[in-house]
Formats: sequence, C-alpha cells, structure tokens
Amino acid sequence: MVLGNYKSVVAARSTDNEILKGAQDGGIVTQLFAYALEEGIIDGAIVAGPSDEPWKPEPVIATSKAELLAARGTRYTLSPNISLLKEATRSYGLDRIGIVGTPCQMQAVRKAQLYPIGMRDVPDKIALAIGIFCMENFPYQGLEAMVEDHCNVKLESVKKLDIGKGKFWAYTERGAVAQIPLKVTHKYEQPGCHVCLDYVSNLADVSTGSVGAPDGWSTVFVRTNAGEDAWSKAIGAGCFETKPIEEVKPGLDLVKKLATDKITKNQKTLEARATFGVGKGLRNPYI
Amino acid sequence: MEPSEGKGSTEGVQKPTPASATRPEPVEVSKEETVAEKPAKTAEVKTEKAQPTPRPKRKPSDIDVEKKVENTKEDMPVVEKITVGHVHLSGCTGCLVSFADNYEGLFKILDDYADLVYALTLVDVRHIPEMDVALVEGSVCLQDKSSVEEIKEAREKAKIVVALGGCAAYGNITRFCRGGQWNQPQMESYVPINELIDVDLYIPGCAPTPQQIRNVCIMAYLLLKGTDEQKELAGAYLKPLMDLAQRGDEACGCDLMYDVINQGLCMGCGSCAAACPVRAVSMEYGKPNIDRDLCIKCGACYAQCPRSFFNFDVMNEFEGISELIKGVME
Ligand SMILES: Cc1cc2nc3c(=O)[nH]c(=O)nc-3n(C[C@H](O)[C@H](O)[C@H](O)COP(=O)(O)OP(=O)(O)OC[C@H]3O[C@@H](n4cnc5c(N)ncnc54)[C@H](O)[C@@H]3O)c2cc1C
Ligand code: SF4
Ligand code: SF4
Ligand code: SF4
Repeated sequence: MVLGNYKSVVAARSTDNEILKGAQDGGIVTQLFAYALEEGIIDGAIVAGPSDEPWKPEPVIATSKAELLAARGTRYTLSPNISLLKEATRSYGLDRIGIVGTPCQMQAVRKAQLYPIGMRDVPDKIALAIGIFCMENFPYQGLEAMVEDHCNVKLESVKKLDIGKGKFWAYTERGAVAQIPLKVTHKYEQPGCHVCLDYVSNLADVSTGSVGAPDGWSTVFVRTNAGEDAWSKAIGAGCFETKPIEEVKPGLDLVKKLATDKITKNQKTLEARATFGVGKGLRNPYI
Repeated sequence: MEPSEGKGSTEGVQKPTPASATRPEPVEVSKEETVAEKPAKTAEVKTEKAQPTPRPKRKPSDIDVEKKVENTKEDMPVVEKITVGHVHLSGCTGCLVSFADNYEGLFKILDDYADLVYALTLVDVRHIPEMDVALVEGSVCLQDKSSVEEIKEAREKAKIVVALGGCAAYGNITRFCRGGQWNQPQMESYVPINELIDVDLYIPGCAPTPQQIRNVCIMAYLLLKGTDEQKELAGAYLKPLMDLAQRGDEACGCDLMYDVINQGLCMGCGSCAAACPVRAVSMEYGKPNIDRDLCIKCGACYAQCPRSFFNFDVMNEFEGISELIKGVME
C-alpha cells in the first residue's frame, strides 16, 4: 500500500501563531514536538537546526521551544538527523527521543530499533518519530545552483523555499518571488533518492506534508500507538485545528497519486539498475 | 611457537597474547589419568613446573550439565530452551560484557529461552559441548593451536555459529597485530573465524550492542522452537545477518564508499556516523567522510546503513516486532 499503515488521516494546522509564522506548512512538526516536550512525552527532539551557511541545516537536539522554533521550515538539502540518534542518549542523556526526518530517515530509525548493530541503548528510547513527506532531496551545492544560478536569488536573502504546483519557489526577505519548473531541478537530485520507495514516511509514528491539504495546512497521518497517543493528547490540549481530509481540496487522492508516481518510477530505476552493465548490475538494498 | 606435546611444564607458556589477555585458560581434557593443571594466570607463566593434580574420572562438564538440568526453574514455560555457548578466542571480553549488559534481560533469556552451556568466564564447563548456537567472540590466532582447535570444534558441535562482534566477524583491531608483543611475540596472525570455518550469522560492531545480541537470541529461539508463524518471522529477521556472513570478512568505513556511495545509494541519513564506535565517520555536506586512520574495521557503519540492507517484510512490522521483543523480555 503506497500510503502505509495508518489509523487516521486529517488536515490540520497549529493554533499557535508564533509557530505558524516560520513553519513550512501547518507547523505540525514544531507544534507536536513543543507539546510533547512540555508534557514530558519526549525529553528532546532531533531537528534540522541552523548552521553558519545559509539554508544548510545542521542536526541539533532541541530541548526547548526556542530551539524548536529556530529549526522550523523545510531545507531542501541533507540534514543527517540520524547522526545524533545515539549521541542523544549519551551526551544529552535523553530517555525519550523525538526525531523528525524524511521517509528514508524514518526507515533508518526503525532499522536502528530492530537491528541496533551500532546503536547501543537506542531501540527502547524512540518516543516520537515524526516523518515528513518527501519526493526528493538535493546536495547543498545543488540547492545553491537552483537558487543562485537558476532563480537568480542569493541564498542569504531567501526567506522561504518551497516545492509545489510543479515548481520550485524562492521567496526573498524583500518580497521577490522566483520560481523554476521542477524539470530544471531534476538533474540536481541526490542519486540515492532514485531508489526510494516511500513518499509519506510509512514508518513514522506521525507523518505530515503539505500535499493534499490547502495552503497553510498540512495532511497528517497518525500511524502507530505512540503516534496516536501523542496526537490525541495534543488535540485534546487544543494544539491543532483539524478538518476531515474528505472535506479539503485537493485531498487524499493527490497524495495517493504522487506516492504511486514516485514508487512506480523508482521501482523502474531499481529494475534498470539490475541490468545496468553487461551481464552485471548495481546493488539492490531491498533484497 | 611449536605447541608442546607434553601436558607438563611448557603448557603454561603457550598462553594468551595481549589481544586475548582476558581470555581464560582453555584446559584440555585428556584421557590420561593425571594431567598438569595450567596456571590460572599469566603471571604464573614463569613457574618451572606446573603441579600435577589428580583428575576426577568424570569431566567437570558432565557434572555441570547434569546439575543445570536439575536446577531448571519450576515457573519456566513448558517449551524447551535452546542451548547457547560463548566461545572466547582473541577478543577483549567486551562482547560478552555487552551480552551481560542486558542486565535483568540476561536472566530472562537464561531463565526462559536459552541455557548457557559453555562460557569460560561464566560457566564451569571446560570442554565445548553440543549446542544449538555458538556465539564466537574474537578472531583466531593462527599460532595458537588451542584456538584453532577450538573454533573447528565449535563448528562441529554447534548448529548455528554466530560471529559475535567485529573481531570474530572482520578481525577488527586484531587485524592490526604484527606480533612482537609480550609475552607471545611470535603470535602475529589473527584472522576472522570465517577464514577457517563456515559462519552462519554475523553480529558486527565493537562492541556489539546488548540489544542486537538480545534480538538475535530471541529470534534464534523462535526459529528453533517457535510456531510456524514465528519461525517465518525469525527467518526473515535473521536473513540479512546471515547474508552479511556470506558477504565477506573484510570491513572498513570504506565500505560506505564502495558499497553505498559508489553504488549511487547513499541518501545522507547519518546512521553510519551514529553507529561508529570510534567517531571515524563524520557527515560533510550530508555524506559520510571517513577518517581512515581512526577506523578499527568493526563493520558497524555499513551494517547499520539503511542502504546496506533494508528488508521491508520485517521493517514494516516494526511496531509488532518491538512489542514482541518487549513482551518476551517481561
Ligand atoms: C527534502 C524535503 C522534501 C519534501 N518534499 C515534500 C513533498 O514532496 N510533498 C510534501 O507534501 N511535503 C514535502 N516535504 C515536507 C514539507 O516541506 C514540510 O517539511 C512538512 O510539511 C512539515 O511542515 P510543518 O509546517 O509541519 O513543519 P515545521 O514546523 O516547519 O517543521 C519542519 C521540521 O522539519 C525539519 N526539517 C527541515 N528540513 C529538513 C531536512 N532537510 N531533513 C530533515 N528534517 C528537516 C525541521 O527541523 C523542522 O523540525 C519535504 C520536506 C523535505 C525536507
Ligand atoms: S526521496 Fe527518499 S531517499 Fe530521498 S531524501 Fe526523500 S525520503 Fe530520503
Ligand atoms: S548510513 Fe545513511 S549517510 Fe551513511 S552511507 Fe548509509 S545512507 Fe549514506
Ligand atoms: S568506520 Fe567506524 S563503524 Fe565503520 S568499520 Fe570503521 S570503526 Fe567500524
């Protein structure tokens, strides 16, 4: 099933304006972590924090709302959040870890739990894994080329980057908007994304993305018992306003379509890799 | 060194290198009526002649095994346990300590699922018995005759041979030995056990984690004693670790380059950096950079990478499997 197992799916957004201001979509990730932190569901969360290069994320362990706020918004380049997973239990002494990541990073979290080969004491300490939807990602220098060479905007002056409606968008601090068609960005995609068989973070506790929901809102899948527990408490505490997914446009059909497109395309890539050379192929990690 | 024929004075000299310094003395069981006891400590190596002591007719191992059966706890589930042994070659005992670091989980495993029938450090059995699973820690020193014998015997006596930890699986730090160390300067060749025997399953890492050892023990139990459904799950779970044993016995941080990045598979998650016990892997612009001088060749980074193996049939069931593991450990 292209959308994975889930208990419920809704359109939602945070009720906290401070969070919404700098969030990518409905502020789901930042809001849910902020609530979980406050309630002691997690002791801290591994998020994509700022670094000294513009739009280059640096994984950090956020243990305060301020640190969560500083990590809001999507950076379309690699943030190796899993690199801190063991460290979070050690230097930071977290017993209940929150972590956000792309679908491949959610896969990494589950592998760390089921096959903790180099992940001592990690398996029992994952309290809330929030997955984001993901079609592809870019190396930093690729993002730089897309923004500076193609959009003709300096990375330093960018306020928000977004992918939507078939385009890549760059919004500057001063209000300029640049956009390029996604077919221009394809060549900068990270090769590892072309064998990726998950669009909506099937292995997360809660997963979220913009697709399916109206602007400023998010689509949210609640998948596991841990996810349901945190999500229902947060709803009870008034953290989110929600709408049934059936009542919003474009709705779940678009999510399903994009997930199917991605998986079908990447399955083909895997098949092509199997016969890449002459009587020789490239490795398939799934068999 | 030339292994001595007699069981007397020179026997004590034939003893561990620093790499296996913590390894308890393997005592050979002999048919002879009297046999020299080996000195228990390396400190006593200089003793001119070990004192011959009379041996009991029955091997200590026989006595111990019988005792174990008598002691079987009443509240144990009716199902049979599997038998597990720990075979200690040239390793630092870190793997065994890691197993013990399951704390009460270790007792749970030993109470309900596995009898520890051999472990020189923990069990008073001096000769490798028949067993279901042999957890082999450490590489084999080619110049240590008893180690070579022991690994071969482990293969004969065990249904499943597990390379427990980086040294047994890949040589790990013992790969760097060039001999010349006291008090066995001539011992210089340490090889992963795969070079001498067929190995069924790998648990890489230095040290392997308590939770990974626990999971393998539980899955081995389910594979041998579970219901059909559990057997299927355990088989699927263990398969990638069995495939690792087939993949080869050389490991390095370089595997991330050769077998992940060079293959167009890396997606920059950072699992490798988290897994490395010596912080040889750092993430630079989202890709692993390996400090090759730091790497001790434990194999954890590559095995932890979601793009080395990722079996959806198992991973998709992560919630159920995690609950199952939690359940059986309670
Ligand atoms: C590379 C990438 C591709 C995406 N593709 C799609 C898509 O095709 N369709 C879709 O609907 N949504 C996609 N998303 C998700 C979307 O852009 C939002 O991140 C998501 O909706 C969460 O928004 P929010 O307002 O709830 O989160 P916020 O409250 O803004 O928080 C976002 C969280 O994500 C973390 N984060 C930001 N960048 C990264 C990163 N590179 N790696 C890991 N964590 C990061 C931040 O630290 C923050 O904690 C993508 C995200 C990324 C990073
Ligand atoms: S497309 Fe897949 S592999 Fe690439 S970043 Fe997104 S989830 Fe990871
Ligand atoms: S663990 Fe992640 S970052 Fe490291 S090599 Fe594998 S895919 Fe790349
Ligand atoms: S890089 Fe680190 S984890 Fe990988 S083999 Fe070397 S020591 Fe082990």
